[in-house]
Amino acid sequence: MGTKKIVRLSRRRILRILATGGGYLAVLSAAWLRPVMLLAAEWNQAAFEAKVLAESLKNIGALSISDSDQIQLKAPEIAENGAIVPVEITSKIPGTQSIYIIADKNPQPLVAIFDLKPELEPYVSTRIKMGESSKIRVLVRAGDRFYMATQEVKVTIGGCGG
Amino acid sequence: MADPMKIRAQLQGEVADVKVLMFHPMETGLRKDAISGDIIPLHFIQRVVAKLNGKTVMDAQWSRAISKNPFINFRIHGAKVGDKVSVSWEDNMGAKSSIETTLN
Repeated sequence: MGTKKIVRLSRRRILRILATGGGYLAVLSAAWLRPVMLLAAEWNQAAFEAKVLAESLKNIGALSISDSDQIQLKAPEIAENGAIVPVEITSKIPGTQSIYIIADKNPQPLVAIFDLKPELEPYVSTRIKMGESSKIRVLVRAGDRFYMATQEVKVTIGGCGG
Repeated sequence: MADPMKIRAQLQGEVADVKVLMFHPMETGLRKDAISGDIIPLHFIQRVVAKLNGKTVMDAQWSRAISKNPFINFRIHGAKVGDKVSVSWEDNMGAKSSIETTLN
């Protein structure tokens, strides 16, 4: 896929600009403080392009997942328009680092990954597309542990094709 | 693009509530043009980064399944008057945009 190449090139350009602007030290120290950040900075092509849920999960490293009532997932029970389904997530899990949104029956189930630094409240709200009625799953990563909350959403008009 | 983003940040105590609206078609690559019948190419925002005073606080990776004209809302702890909140995005075709606001 050509998409990844474009991202890489432009990132290199950003780095070059930063270096000439004297921001290189800041980049270096940030990388040293949080080596994991560099990995997270790549768009996870394998996980996003997976057509099967299990493969998405494998590619984000979620091999074992526990259900949790500490994740609040707000989404409509019935979405009239699958092109705009509001999703609001609040995690009460200590040390929440990432939030993943998954729509099981979408052609590619993984919708989004939000990596949150400690300054961020473990909360995010956005709007997603759903091709058909399906379960929405929210995964929360804290360290190397994954937690999950789910909700069924009925879609009246799908939001993928047209 | 004339108006590719909007940002609104409200300080409530030490928490900045940030709402961002981006103007982007978020094409899935599955839709066909109504007249020509050609597939409209995949075109979507892949990365969204939010910063507080230049330091990354949120780094998001998106698929094509985020709704057209994406909206996000997040909250930053320990924010104060005068702090700068910025949000930038980059799509799969290399287009970019960013916006910054100062908390007051």
